[in-house]
Amino acid sequence: MTATGHRAKTESHLGAEAGLDDEQLLAMYRMVALARAVDERMWILNRAGRIPFVISGQGHEGAQVGVTWALRKGHDWIAPFYRSIAMCMTFGMSARDIMLAQYARASDPSSGGRQMPGHYGDRRHNLLSVSSPVATQILHAVGIALAAKIRKTDQVALTAMGEGSSNQGDVHEALNFAAIHKLPFVFLVENNGYAISVPAAMELAIPDVAARAAGYGIPGVVVDGSDVLACYVAAKTAIERARAGDGPTLIEAKVTRLTGHSSDDQQTKYRTEAEMASEKSRDALPRFRSQLRDAGILTDEVEAALNAEISAIVTDATDFAEGEPDPEPSTAMRWVYAEDWPSETPPPWGFGDGSEDAEGGGLGSEGGAQGSEGGAQGSEADAIGPEAAG
Amino acid sequence: MPTRTFIEAIRETLAGEMRRDESVIVLGEDVGKKGGVFLATDGLWAEFGEDRVIDTPLTESMIVGASIGAAVNGLRPVAEIQFADFIHPAFNQIVSEAARMRYRSNNAVGVPLTIRAPYGGGVHGALYHSQSVEAFFSHVPGLKIVVPSTPYDARGLLRSSIRDDDPVLFFEHKKMYRSVRGDVPDTDYVVPLGRAAITRPGTQVTVIAYGLMAHYALEAAERVAEEGISVEVVDLRTLRPLDKETVIGSVRKTGKCLVVYEDNRFGGYGAEVAATVAEEAFDYLDGPVTRIAGPDVPGVPYNHVLEDWFMVDPTKIAAGIRKLAAY
Repeated sequence: MTATGHRAKTESHLGAEAGLDDEQLLAMYRMVALARAVDERMWILNRAGRIPFVISGQGHEGAQVGVTWALRKGHDWIAPFYRSIAMCMTFGMSARDIMLAQYARASDPSSGGRQMPGHYGDRRHNLLSVSSPVATQILHAVGIALAAKIRKTDQVALTAMGEGSSNQGDVHEALNFAAIHKLPFVFLVENNGYAISVPAAMELAIPDVAARAAGYGIPGVVVDGSDVLACYVAAKTAIERARAGDGPTLIEAKVTRLTGHSSDDQQTKYRTEAEMASEKSRDALPRFRSQLRDAGILTDEVEAALNAEISAIVTDATDFAEGEPDPEPSTAMRWVYAEDWPSETPPPWGFGDGSEDAEGGGLGSEGGAQGSEGGAQGSEADAIGPEAAG
Repeated sequence: MPTRTFIEAIRETLAGEMRRDESVIVLGEDVGKKGGVFLATDGLWAEFGEDRVIDTPLTESMIVGASIGAAVNGLRPVAEIQFADFIHPAFNQIVSEAARMRYRSNNAVGVPLTIRAPYGGGVHGALYHSQSVEAFFSHVPGLKIVVPSTPYDARGLLRSSIRDDDPVLFFEHKKMYRSVRGDVPDTDYVVPLGRAAITRPGTQVTVIAYGLMAHYALEAAERVAEEGISVEVVDLRTLRPLDKETVIGSVRKTGKCLVVYEDNRFGGYGAEVAATVAEEAFDYLDGPVTRIAGPDVPGVPYNHVLEDWFMVDPTKIAAGIRKLAAY
């Protein structure tokens, strides 16, 4: 039996207002803690030289789990962003799935090792593949919602991004269109106060992104991102509204970024030690833990079992991903289109056709960016991270 | 056999595909009640309603980006960009998103999306209603680029584009909308993507063109025929994937190759065709692979004298053919 199988003997009142029972609360806590543990392992692997790049969700997990919990798994859609580890795991991706992306293995469900880690997506769970130019995914989520409305599928589409990304023009175009057509769409802004190094005061002339919702005639809600239950309630309200045909909602969760922007960022250049220390008080994980302990849901016995389970899951995921094969270079030409286009293959004596007798750096040669030392993925430059943070 | 103008063929094909498949929707600026600024979608709103024929705000990035999402969730959007000149705000959605979705998801997600856009000059459209934008997009793996030149091909290629499982950019030369007529059978034929057509057989010079230039190439070929020069005209119809077999086969036969395109010469699509011919038909060439293309100015000027100066036309093409034939 897993830790989540344990139940307190008498039901607490902690989740009563939100309509969540103790078993659900414990499962939510487990997900917050598991996502954190996976994330922390990613950094250890990066610093140990096992994986080239990490972009983290630490500090965002409470909001992500709370909001995602209110969606219908396997029915609704999410267009995630690069900090959406907890969101993707809540929606169905496993720790193994996340680690396969970190190692860029052939069996990585996000991209088969083609994208940088953090670019999560999984068609099996209605998680749409995401790119690095920020905020583009909001339009995809709005389009998914448009199709849901036209096809009458009763689906809701949600996207998430940081407050930095929320300044992009695509956000304006998306909210305007979604509001006009009352699309079943929820926009989650995970405001962690920084776009890589630039503080929110330099990104926005107003304190709350949510205030912009008024300009589209839709509700804008600010919620404490360290309050998992408040995030759940806000999302539940927005999702019910969306499903009822009343249109989109903007939810702004005030979260914190507990790590650098990415493994290539040195945040001490622009954040003080005092600030970083105080931000830990805004972490959802210890807060949620205290709530569950005070309510008698997370007993010593339950917590010990849960910690052991999480530790085992993370180790299993790491070992599994470590042992999986890299993608074959011979597969790198696949899936440019749904089918192959033999008319476009280069001449047989030319470079780059991947054939064994090709001279120099064809697809089959060594020295590609991923395999070589000092290649793009192994460099120290900040430039390889997604273009802005949220 | 019924004859149709170029735009009638497009309009009827859109309606036909919407009747055939209820997952096909049309969206863009003024595509609804007005039926589009060129009337390419006229009548669709009345027949299919506002759910399937959507007037959008003036937001090109949204038109494409939301179409990507709609395509992912079971629809086959046909997005109209009012003029190809205005497609640039959607460049990121087309290039970073639509083109890469299948590749980056390792074939988990495809984007069956057709983006129609009127392009081209010679219509007093000046810098921002005359552009040819195919070179920006034909560079991008993951996109298919279609430029029909006849009502027959417009219908057959638009059907193929809408039914394709990958993003297709479908460029329609606006000067041809009402000036070009042709036979269009009532059958459910398709013209497959990636297949060029030899529209005039010849023996001495191959002229490779597409869109309006495919017509001008035929006119030029007719003129020089009177002078005893036999020209073979290849209408590419699809720029990506490029039908190399037809192109190379023709050049191997004639030994001379002239590539014609309306876009700016430098780095234009015809440069790729020229490079391909130079690489793969070198042993058969009896003269330099040459290009006739638009001058390298930032746009087509408005004044009619200046516009005529810009536009590639049958006279300029014929001059290029004569020069190459005499080489």
